[in-house]
Amino acid sequence: MSSLLVLAIVVAIGLVAFVIGRQRAAAQDNGTVKPHSRAHYHGWWACLLAVLPAVLLLTAWNIGSSVYLDRHIHAALPERTANSAVASEALDVSLVKSLAKGLRQLDANTLAALPATFADLQPLLAAKGVALATDTQDYMIPIAVEANAVQSRLGMIGAALTLLLSVAGAFYALGQIRPRARARNNVERLMLWGLLGASTIAILTTVGIVLSMLFQTIQFFESVSPMSFFFGTVWDPRFAAAGSGGSQGQFGLIPLLAGTLYIALVALLVAVPVGLMSAVYMAEYATPRIRSVVKPALELLAGIPTIVYGIFAVVTLGPFLRDLSAALTGGSPFIQGQSIFTAGLVMGMMLIPVVSSLSDDIITAVPRAMRDGSLGLGATRSETIKRVILPAALPGIVGAILLTASRAIGETMIVVLAAGVAANLTANPFEAMTTITVKIVNQLTGDLEFNSPQTLVAFALGITLFALTLVMNIVALYIVRKYREQYE
Amino acid sequence: MTDIPMDTMVRVAAHPRRDIGLKARYAAERRFRIYGMLAISVGLAFLAIMLIAIVSKGYTAFWQTTISVPITFDEKVIDPSNKRAIDPTVLIKANYPKLAEKALVAKLGINPDDKPTILKLKGLLSEGVRVQLRDIVAADPSVIGTTRNVNILAAANLDSAFKGQIDLGVEEARRKVSDQQIAWMNKLKADGAMAERFNTGLFSYGASSRPETSGMGVAIIGSFYMMVIVLVLALPIGVAASIYLEEFAKKNRFTDLIEVNINNLAAVPSIVFGLLGLAVFINFLGMPRSAAFVGGLVLTLMTLPTIIIATRAALAAVPPSIRSAALGLGASKMQMVFQHILPLAAPGILTGTIIGLARALGETAPLLLIGMVAFVADYPKSPFDPATALPVQIYMWANEAERAFVERMSGAIIILLVFLMAMNVTAIVLRRRFERRW
Amino acid sequence: MNIMTEQSLENAVGDKMNAKSNEVIKMRGDKVGVFYGDKQALFDVNLDVRQNQVTALIGPSGCGKSTFLRCLNRMNDTIDSARVTGKITLDDEDIYDKNIDVVELRARVGMVFQKPNPFPKSIYENVAYGPRIHGLAKRKADMDQIVEQSLKKAAIWNEVKDRLQEPGTGLSGGQQQRLCIARAIAVSPEVILMDEPCSALDPIATARVEELIDELRQNYTIVIVTHSMQQAARVSQRTAMFHLGYLVEEGATDKMFTNPDDKRTQDYITGRFG
Repeated sequence: MSSLLVLAIVVAIGLVAFVIGRQRAAAQDNGTVKPHSRAHYHGWWACLLAVLPAVLLLTAWNIGSSVYLDRHIHAALPERTANSAVASEALDVSLVKSLAKGLRQLDANTLAALPATFADLQPLLAAKGVALATDTQDYMIPIAVEANAVQSRLGMIGAALTLLLSVAGAFYALGQIRPRARARNNVERLMLWGLLGASTIAILTTVGIVLSMLFQTIQFFESVSPMSFFFGTVWDPRFAAAGSGGSQGQFGLIPLLAGTLYIALVALLVAVPVGLMSAVYMAEYATPRIRSVVKPALELLAGIPTIVYGIFAVVTLGPFLRDLSAALTGGSPFIQGQSIFTAGLVMGMMLIPVVSSLSDDIITAVPRAMRDGSLGLGATRSETIKRVILPAALPGIVGAILLTASRAIGETMIVVLAAGVAANLTANPFEAMTTITVKIVNQLTGDLEFNSPQTLVAFALGITLFALTLVMNIVALYIVRKYREQYE
Repeated sequence: MTDIPMDTMVRVAAHPRRDIGLKARYAAERRFRIYGMLAISVGLAFLAIMLIAIVSKGYTAFWQTTISVPITFDEKVIDPSNKRAIDPTVLIKANYPKLAEKALVAKLGINPDDKPTILKLKGLLSEGVRVQLRDIVAADPSVIGTTRNVNILAAANLDSAFKGQIDLGVEEARRKVSDQQIAWMNKLKADGAMAERFNTGLFSYGASSRPETSGMGVAIIGSFYMMVIVLVLALPIGVAASIYLEEFAKKNRFTDLIEVNINNLAAVPSIVFGLLGLAVFINFLGMPRSAAFVGGLVLTLMTLPTIIIATRAALAAVPPSIRSAALGLGASKMQMVFQHILPLAAPGILTGTIIGLARALGETAPLLLIGMVAFVADYPKSPFDPATALPVQIYMWANEAERAFVERMSGAIIILLVFLMAMNVTAIVLRRRFERRW
Repeated sequence: MNIMTEQSLENAVGDKMNAKSNEVIKMRGDKVGVFYGDKQALFDVNLDVRQNQVTALIGPSGCGKSTFLRCLNRMNDTIDSARVTGKITLDDEDIYDKNIDVVELRARVGMVFQKPNPFPKSIYENVAYGPRIHGLAKRKADMDQIVEQSLKKAAIWNEVKDRLQEPGTGLSGGQQQRLCIARAIAVSPEVILMDEPCSALDPIATARVEELIDELRQNYTIVIVTHSMQQAARVSQRTAMFHLGYLVEEGATDKMFTNPDDKRTQDYITGRFG
């Protein structure tokens, strides 16, 4: 019996329990005792007791049985020797499992007269649309058949236990229905646990990010030393096709980090003055009419996906700047089609609305009394802004710039398209440089062997990027929070 | 009213004027204002230039050059040995481009025996004609032996030439269409046979190595699946988490940790979520690569913080008096939240959700890592089948060299921007409409 | 004229006293009305402010007294929807005239706000701010002197002289308000407007500020909005009573509190409303 079907039956039991529970509770309400909870809470409680423990059991049982099955297959496999036909034990097990999965597609008659060799079996499976790896061995066939038998037996037991628990839960809850029983409190307690569970997903995500990347990074550092990664100045990972192995490249972080920071710097040089001045103008000068036009336009700018900016950079702006520089020197262009300058400029444009909306919030948080105090002394508006408001907002603005910098460092699509892929170390902003994010994408797209350093390095780059932005975000958020508290 | 005290007493005390540098100060004031206006103009000008650049490159993608010719579904060409009753593959393998070729030969009055000329004629037609005609026959085999008008696809180069995007002043050897083809094109155009028609293929085709037969069909379906998954998962989880944090959580270390976490996750680079998806969903849990389901999960995790932050703001904006009123009537805290606070906060939650969805729809980087940069020609039947997404499709077209792909790419960007704009405008309108001042 | 030495100040004050300067009308409101959007908040107010006297504006909350005060140095300009009608003069010049510069006006008519609002800067910088933007001190030594004089006049010098570089926000509420007064004095205004300057202070701090106001009267013309009639009685020579946007009654403070003409004034000072 499939788990899905069991689940459906459990839900059906739950629904029945709900209906009975509600009816029974309603029937008990004869007006003599004031019931503690309304009838439908009794229904829900019965439903929850019928469904939740059963589902938990089913999940646990499924995980347990798959672990058990793995061990079972391991035990059944022949002893490994130096000349085993299959490269690794793990591959052995996974071949058996896919074979077993394939066998389940066959009908009973075919299974009864199963051929003993894989060569004979393959066409039968192919007819069902099952494609298997060619190094599946003959000795695996009986193991797979046995594994299937074990699995279906475990499945049956699990289903039976689950249904039993479900019915038991329903009966227990229904038996407890009294007018003074606190069904609502029970239901609400469970709901609270549900809400708490939902809020821990954020933590689980962070833990998932850190653990998954850490795990792969440690694996990466087994073949490449952390020293040569963090302090290496050459990035040349070599191409490693699946299975080729052995080709060892150089994985120096420095050129990527330099490119990342350089492009982010150019972007900030564009975005911070423009964004900040826009925010100041919007908060202090603009009439409501101008504000009602410009604000949505800036929001629109912020809502455009970064891929669009990247394409604009590579299709329109890059060639334009290249031709322009060629026209200026009258010969060879000094701005390359993909360059730090182009990528930084476009990224800066993308960040203008980010800076302006963050600083807008911060500038408007400066209390009106500050403005009045300065204006009342006879300061002009710009004097008030430059000498009172901006200094008062400075910590908040620093936080906003840090947050923006973290966006710039983590930005991917613009640099993938506009910055280039060559890992140069250069100070000339009109040449191409590459970034951490570009290399993560490069190393992970295409068919690569997963456990090669060429692939794993992406996770080392990822965790570096994560750590970098994490520090910036936390510092920035802390500063902004402290800043807000100051004026509350 | 008071009377003004005896005017005779008024003496004007002329106060000496001080020089407080007004002229220079007002000049500085004007300069500062101009900087502000400049800054805003830079932002708006950039927006305008970018939109114009994209629209001017992309609007032509919505039209596709086709040639309307009477095609004779000649049995001798399709099934010369009359075996289709026993071997259905005959109808699939048949030489359909030959039919189109013959029709054009007749239309243009070319000598059917002039082989070299006919070879050049092939340049007019798209490879997609094979599929186009095959599908007609497959849908209705009785068409064999009859003649009917079909709008067959023109080749990408001819499409560009027809739209005037190829500079005919360049010498013949260095451009992609020959003089002979141009002459034919003009003849067909004069006949009214060749014309630009609305490009439905842009919305329906999947991936293809030829621009004229590639479209965003698969990408639209993929993106749709992902949006549904994000909505179904992120909205309830986000709202539940916000309710807990805003209404129930006590102020302690643990809730502080969750807070910092959520705020930080909102600022984590999106590509990191792609790495998470690759390592956990695909490698560890063994989910299929390139599938919309995995993409949806990754985007869900990415969108959650946005939704939670918006929802918490909406919940916090409901005034305490409503809470006290509900509790005072004997509602439990849970009832208060679900029956009073949540409905009042709904518009704010909805706005945040739409903005989060819009961000997810435009997101590219994490999808690249979970293998959604895939050449998928067939529609995914379920979220577990390989698919691409709108922005990823744009990215893939950006990597193609041919100019016709650039046109399609820009067209795709226009469509994506229209979707996003519609979502953002909805969010803004919702916010305006339901904005409540307590 | 940038800095007045104490000697010259005393001379100037002496001259004015001799000339019975308490009868000079420094500012005059003539049919002043204020609109916030469509709503009229102030109606046809005619009021004189006499030089070197303290004029108190009293009345129940929302009566328009603060609105009138903010007209006197055009602080209402900073509110988009506000519109002022009628005429207000300073030394017989219409301050809403096109030729009058608002910045210069505010340098002549200073303001102290309800809540102390020191800038998040050092005590020294708070006081130096006004002179600095107006270019009143050419040298550092001049500035030091202005700061010291202003702090002394605001009766806070002894409390802060050893910590001039500490942030102004670190002072107590009463000290902050006296710092704000010093800040206003530093510009050497002719008129100082005070909008309920003691409402955020405790009684002891209030007493210090009231004493200060009385001392400042020697050199400046002061208009104070206050909620408390006792305060008006203590510090002012003339009092104006506002109600629902109208000026109800105006006159010498002694008379207002002992023998008012208007019934509403009687009610208000006897606590029947407010």
